[in-house]
Order: sequence, then structure tokens, then C-alpha cells
Amino acid sequence: MSAPAFGRYIADARAAGRLVVQPRMGFGSATRMRTGLAATKRASATTVGTITLDSYTRLGAHDAARRALTSGAELNGYPIVAHDAGTTEAMLAGIRDETFPVQVRHGSPTPELIFQRLCELGLTVSEGGPVSYCLPYSRVPLAESRRSWRRCCEILVNARGSGPEPHLETFGGCMLGQLCPPGLLVATSVLEGMFFRQNGLRSISLSYAQQISRAQDEEALRALRRLGARFLPGVDWHVVLYAYMGLYPRTRAGADALLAGAARLAVRAGADRLIVKTAAESARIPTIKENVTAIEHAAREAAGEREDPGQAADTGIHAEALAIVEAVLDLDDDIGGALEKAFRRGYLDIPYCLHPDNAGRATSYLDTDDRLRWRDTGRLPVPEPRRDTGRPLGAAELLECLGRVRRRFDHEPMEAPEARTRWEARR
Amino acid sequence: MQLLITELGHEVRNLGPCVPDEQMVRAAAGAPCDLIVMSTVNGHGLVDGERAVRRLRAEPALRDTPIVIGGKLGVAGTSRPEEVQSLLDAGFTAVFGDDEVDTALFGSYLDSVAARVSR
Repeated sequence: MSAPAFGRYIADARAAGRLVVQPRMGFGSATRMRTGLAATKRASATTVGTITLDSYTRLGAHDAARRALTSGAELNGYPIVAHDAGTTEAMLAGIRDETFPVQVRHGSPTPELIFQRLCELGLTVSEGGPVSYCLPYSRVPLAESRRSWRRCCEILVNARGSGPEPHLETFGGCMLGQLCPPGLLVATSVLEGMFFRQNGLRSISLSYAQQISRAQDEEALRALRRLGARFLPGVDWHVVLYAYMGLYPRTRAGADALLAGAARLAVRAGADRLIVKTAAESARIPTIKENVTAIEHAAREAAGEREDPGQAADTGIHAEALAIVEAVLDLDDDIGGALEKAFRRGYLDIPYCLHPDNAGRATSYLDTDDRLRWRDTGRLPVPEPRRDTGRPLGAAELLECLGRVRRRFDHEPMEAPEARTRWEARR
Repeated sequence: MQLLITELGHEVRNLGPCVPDEQMVRAAAGAPCDLIVMSTVNGHGLVDGERAVRRLRAEPALRDTPIVIGGKLGVAGTSRPEEVQSLLDAGFTAVFGDDEVDTALFGSYLDSVAARVSR
């Protein structure tokens, strides 16, 4: 196996005891995108550059993206298909190199055109997945997304040699960003990683999004690493942590403390890369400067932490994730087929996800000890099934769960009195 | 949003994420509704909302239906008054932001629509 450039970069950083830190960053204008990448490269941290694509490109509405470029309307990301290839080549010239890998992030359930363009440009490091880029954000049927992602893996694999070893990161550990119990996040991440491997990828990363309980997150990340070692033999892989994806604190101090927690969690639990969020996150798309500040803050916090080989208390996340992965793999030798069948049968079922292909029987809640727990496991093939006999979760309780991190880190009263009363009344 | 509106006593037809204009027009014009709510967080609401509401208002059946939009409307945070005004000019009945105050305002707005409809 030839040395995979992106994987090598990550492995070298790990060997040097450094966490790789990466922003979420995308601008419509090529000039601004170049400035943002250059600033990321210059930041005092071991970084990977990010080109986040805009949501027109994500939905295949390339004409709408072109119109926005012409009219000067601000886009929420870089329209890599609407910009001609030469523009992007010039944007990247002298920026990406051995010392600075660039990953393209998009969020598209059917990204063939995107991947074709990426491969033309030698941008062979990307992310997503047939489940994780289909269910939460799109209305595309899962079967269509699965077919498309298989073709995309093919496009990437055929481009081997045109750029760094093709790398895909699964977004499966971030399903909906919040309120999904970690066992299912870990299982989805592993299964999508296996889908990439079965479709020819040799360099893969497995994601997990920071939730609310530090102990639960540590246990989940260790479970993810154990399952990665077991189910991804013969390929280069690592774990990437996402800083909290739910309602973000509005105060600078709150946002800084939450990000510091993510950086320390990543190092303690042995993740190799961190996707940061900024202090501006609660309100808008961050500026380049805000991104650099967040990157450097996370890198400093990470440098002050050590990997903890100690065993976090085992509350069953590994066993739950393993049971789900094995039950899904039993459904079909083809992992894409297994994923599709698993959703049809409710073996995979993402809480609060409204996509028509999601069974919607499994429900979850955020407990008073900050751990995510199942209210009802639906048809998930877990070792400890649960049936919810109470009334469904109300809007006030749901908002309490969604807003808890923000209120805590901003030092606001922890629970709206009304939510508290209703919550207690139910129990 | 669906849960919130349901709990306030109303029936919801949720069209899901990233609804194409044609589908929105078909769904809204095809079956009577008392209010159309667009929720947006990706920063393209200023552009997409304006286009979508023009399409909806072009339908005779929807000329007088209350249509509202809320969330993170632009990529730069709190919308400027002239941006809100351009959404109102394009045909929205009301425009909301994305914090708790807006949720409360939306709740009272919903009550006012319900009161008008039941009269």
C-alpha cells in the first residue's frame, strides 16, 4: 500500500503528539476562499484546510450558484462546480501542498458532479456518506443516495494517482448533530466507513460529534476506535471529532469553554483530528479571523492535554454499537444494500429525523445527568431494548434538551421553569 | 417547529427540508391551509425566501394566505432592516429571527392567525 498522503499527514501529527485542527470554512468568492485557506495554513496549529461548498451546489442547483456569483449575492460556501476549474486551480496554487492538505466538505446526497470536479482538480480528500448526507438534510430517497455514493467512490478510486491517496470521512457519527444516543452514532460511523472500504477506498476517517456528557463522549470515542480496528482491517483510518453541533453558546467565554472541552476530549480519547466551531457560531457564518482564533485556541488546549489510556466506565456503548453493526451486516453482503434494508426494518433509526426512509420509531432524550439515553429503541437490534410508555416528548422538553449546552456555557438559568415543571410531571 | 405548532392546537403538514419551489406551490395551492411557515438556517433565506414567496403569491389561491419566514436569514447574522423589508415587499406577511424572543413572537402571531381564522 502506497503511503496515503492525508492519512500520513494525520499519522505524523499523532506521532509528534499534535492534534490536527480544521475549520468549517467556505466562501462564495475565490479570492476570499484563498485568503481563508492561507490564514488556516499560517495559523499556529497543525491544520487541514477546508473548502465547504454552498447549499446550491449541495442540491445540484449549479445555475442558482452561478446566478449568485453574477449578481454578487452572498453564498454560504464555495460553489466549486459553478466556478470554472481554472478559477479553483488558481485559488489553490501555492496553497495546498505536502504540508497543508485540503478537504472538501459539501453535504450532498448525490454528489457525482462535485466528485468529478474534485478529481479534475486533484482534490481527492472529501467526506459525507450515503446515509449521513441523505437522511438529515435531503429529500432524496436513500436508495438513490446509495447508488450515487457508490459511483462517487468509483470516481475517487479511478482518480487514484491524480492527487493524494483518495480519502473519505464518514459524517455518520454526526447524525442530526444532537440527541442521537452514542451507540447508534458509533455504529453508523463504522458502517459508512465499511461502505467506503468495500467500494475501494483505502484511506478513511470515522467521525463522532461531541455531545454533552464528557464521560459518555470518551466512552463513545474509545468504542469507535475499537470497532474501527475490528471492522476496517488493511486500510488507513483515524477518528475525527466534531465540536458540539447543537445550539452554540452566545457568549465568547461560553463558546471558548465548549471548544476547549472538545479539544481536550479529542486528545484524551485518542481522536486525531478536530473540526472546530467558533465564537460566532450561534449567530452566523464565521469570518476568517474568527476561524483562526478558534483553531489556535483549540490547538493550545489540545497541547495541554494527554491521551488517557485509562478505561472510562463501560455503560454499554461498545456493546450496543457492535450489536447494531453486526445485525446490519447480516442483512446483505453488499454494505450499501445492508444499510438500505436496515433502515427499512428499523435496525437503523435516527431519532427526530423526518426523512421518509427513516422508521421514526426510536426516540431519545437528554437525561438530567447530561447523558443521551433511549426513550424507546424501536426495532433497533440493541442488547437492552426499551419501550416508552409515557406520553411523547413535548416541544418545551425538546427545546430544553436542545438548549441545555448553550444555557450552561452562557451561565443562564439552567432550565426554563415551564420546561422543568412539565418534565418533572412526566416522570 | 412542527411540535410547537401542533401543541398550540393546530394541524401541521410538514413538507420537510429543502423543498423545491414547484413542490411547495403544489402542496400549498392544492389543499387549503391557514398559514404557510418557512424555516431557514443556511443563510440563503434572503434569496430563496424572496423567490419562493413570489412563486406562492403568483397563485390566485394564495394571494391572501399568511406566509411567514424565520430563522437565520443571511450569512452575516442579524438581518438588516432593509433586508427584512425586501422580504416583506416580496410578499411575506411577517419575518422572524432565530432566538427565544422570536419563538415567543411567533407563538403570539400564530394565536392571532388562529383567532382570525376561527372568526
